[in-house]
Amino acid sequence: MPWLKGEALKQQEEILVFKQVLQVPYLYSAGPVVSRFLLALRDEQKLLGIKCPKCRLVFVPPRSTCGKCFSDLSQWVELSGKGTLETFTVVNYPEPIQPAKTPFILGVIKLDGADTGLPHLIGEAEEKDLVMGMRLEPVFQEKRTGHILDIKYFRPVNKDRA
Amino acid sequence: MTQEPKLLEVSSQANYPYNYSAGRLLSFFFRALRDQQKIYGRKCSKCGKVYIPPRPVCGPCFAETNEWVEVGPKGTLECFTVVYFTFLDPMTGKKRPVPYGYGLIKLDRADTRIQHFLSLNDPRKIRVGMRVEAVFNEEREGKLSDIKWFRPVE
Amino acid sequence: MGRRAAIIATGQTVHKSKRREVNIVELIHEAVSDCLKDAEMTMADIDAVLIGNMEHFEGVYNADLWAVDGTGAWLKHGMKITTGGTTGASVAHAGYYHVASGMFDCVLCVGWEKQSDGDTTAGLIFQADPLFERATMSGAIGTFALAASEYMNRFGITEEQAARVAVKNRGNALNNPCAHLRKAITIENVLQSTPLAYPIKLLDMCPTSDGACALLVASEKIAKKKSPNPPAWFKALSTRHDQPFNSDLPLLINMRSLRDAAKEAYAQAGIKNPLKEIDVAELYEPCTFAELSWYEALGFCELGQGGKLMDSGATQMSGELPVNPSGGVISTNCIGATAMIRVAEAAIQVMGKGGARQVEGAKIALATGFGGSFWTELTILERD
Repeated sequence: MPWLKGEALKQQEEILVFKQVLQVPYLYSAGPVVSRFLLALRDEQKLLGIKCPKCRLVFVPPRSTCGKCFSDLSQWVELSGKGTLETFTVVNYPEPIQPAKTPFILGVIKLDGADTGLPHLIGEAEEKDLVMGMRLEPVFQEKRTGHILDIKYFRPVNKDRA
Repeated sequence: MTQEPKLLEVSSQANYPYNYSAGRLLSFFFRALRDQQKIYGRKCSKCGKVYIPPRPVCGPCFAETNEWVEVGPKGTLECFTVVYFTFLDPMTGKKRPVPYGYGLIKLDRADTRIQHFLSLNDPRKIRVGMRVEAVFNEEREGKLSDIKWFRPVE
Repeated sequence: MGRRAAIIATGQTVHKSKRREVNIVELIHEAVSDCLKDAEMTMADIDAVLIGNMEHFEGVYNADLWAVDGTGAWLKHGMKITTGGTTGASVAHAGYYHVASGMFDCVLCVGWEKQSDGDTTAGLIFQADPLFERATMSGAIGTFALAASEYMNRFGITEEQAARVAVKNRGNALNNPCAHLRKAITIENVLQSTPLAYPIKLLDMCPTSDGACALLVASEKIAKKKSPNPPAWFKALSTRHDQPFNSDLPLLINMRSLRDAAKEAYAQAGIKNPLKEIDVAELYEPCTFAELSWYEALGFCELGQGGKLMDSGATQMSGELPVNPSGGVISTNCIGATAMIRVAEAAIQVMGKGGARQVEGAKIALATGFGGSFWTELTILERD
């Protein structure tokens, strides 16, 4: 049983590899809370958070239950959309499933008024311009569908910009 | 004023790319289909059972298999069905063409069965216990589909 | 067996074909809230949260963290167990082992599946061997069809006998407000229903459902002090795995793993005549033919006599050993939850909380779990 005892591959021995690309379609129902958030992105270009009545935490992305105290959530908070850059990275390796062409910048943004961070793309900036704690604002797509990528990216707030 | 909540659905098409390496043991099996049009089973060093699909270990004995044994190409059809309902086949991204027949075939000299297509797709023409034989494709790639299907032995 | 443990509460969603008005986490939350209500407890009382589902279907893997807002597992001990169709029962067993070990007193077990968010038959391809089974496989339907052909041929089981199973279980579902399919059918309906894969027709086969189930496993101390329901004590548990390919298993439908698991569980429970000694059974029957064969594997009758046992009426609600008073899997199938629903329904029976579907005086209940690769989880519960 040569191949079970780790014997070296004979030079001419051909090992076969089978390529399979499995395509599976998903259609996630967002539920009422997440739907409201996505519709606010699509129809009002607004970011909403949801607040826990007990813990007073504001969650973005929103959810139906507070994970901490297990209370039902229904209190919506309209956010300005502006926030601070908590952390970021530059993605250099291409993968079929990336949201943008490499290299692109991925960051976590702490929106004003929210207690959780929101992961999203950072645009109109290069790595050298980015500083943790800098101020950011959202830029929306022209055509929006009710999707987190209705926000194109977050860009540094520029006081000089019109 | 309470309104009916608007509900969204978000679609996400996942394409999972895989490269399954057959390993040295199964590569032997698939090369034999491609190059010799022969089907091999693998024999347990302890209980002597001949397994197909071949495997390095016999599960019940937890002992190594140590011998290739040529099996088939004829065998007995022990289970069968004809599929009528069509479904999305993730391997092609399209609906699988129906009807198609397939079954579990006990190849001569093998102790386990193998699942494969049948040439027939009318259940009235298929019987448990009928003798069948492997039909190989003209062009072969070193895959199980090098055996096109099993047809009744005349 | 370790120290004594019991199921003290259960919760379920109302199972439907499509619960589009909630997302997966909200679906889970519904079952968990229902269970906490049944227990008259809050998440603060829970020591550990064990979860499970069959990830291929929703395409959300490593759901341990992602589902926390639904499962209540935040900053608690937890584990995810995913064993295909038997998932729900595996999670329930894990709940037992956590408590029986003496290290946990109150463990929440949760199983779920949102089949409508994905494509069930497509998802099942991940369970098939990539090199030998994917090209031919046609989901659970095809596998059972193959198995049924052999069964019918060997023992003369008829499509009518199989149809009786569907008529029974779908009729029983009328008594179960949580069941997905709640419409009575006749033998003619089954025989005339759309052929899916010979000999399986539409009404021989289970639906796909969106649903979740939760149950609470507690130590003797908690069960006796705090349970608002009569505890359903774990009397026996067993699990068996078989060989990797369905084509390895002789007389596929008869489930070598179920026969073997039953032997061990009956030995643990001291059961010698299951038909007489078990009061009610919840079997995980994805199709009609399977239930007939599993009467044999479970020792309710001799090999090959499953059809005759069905004909005799012994497994009807009025019979000696009612099988699937909940309506079974043929009425509801949210895969990650289904095997847990069998355990929960068995618990509901011994607790006496079955309402219209209660088997009178049920003290000992059996629940089986099934997975697409023909392995088994078996549970026996009893009441003091």
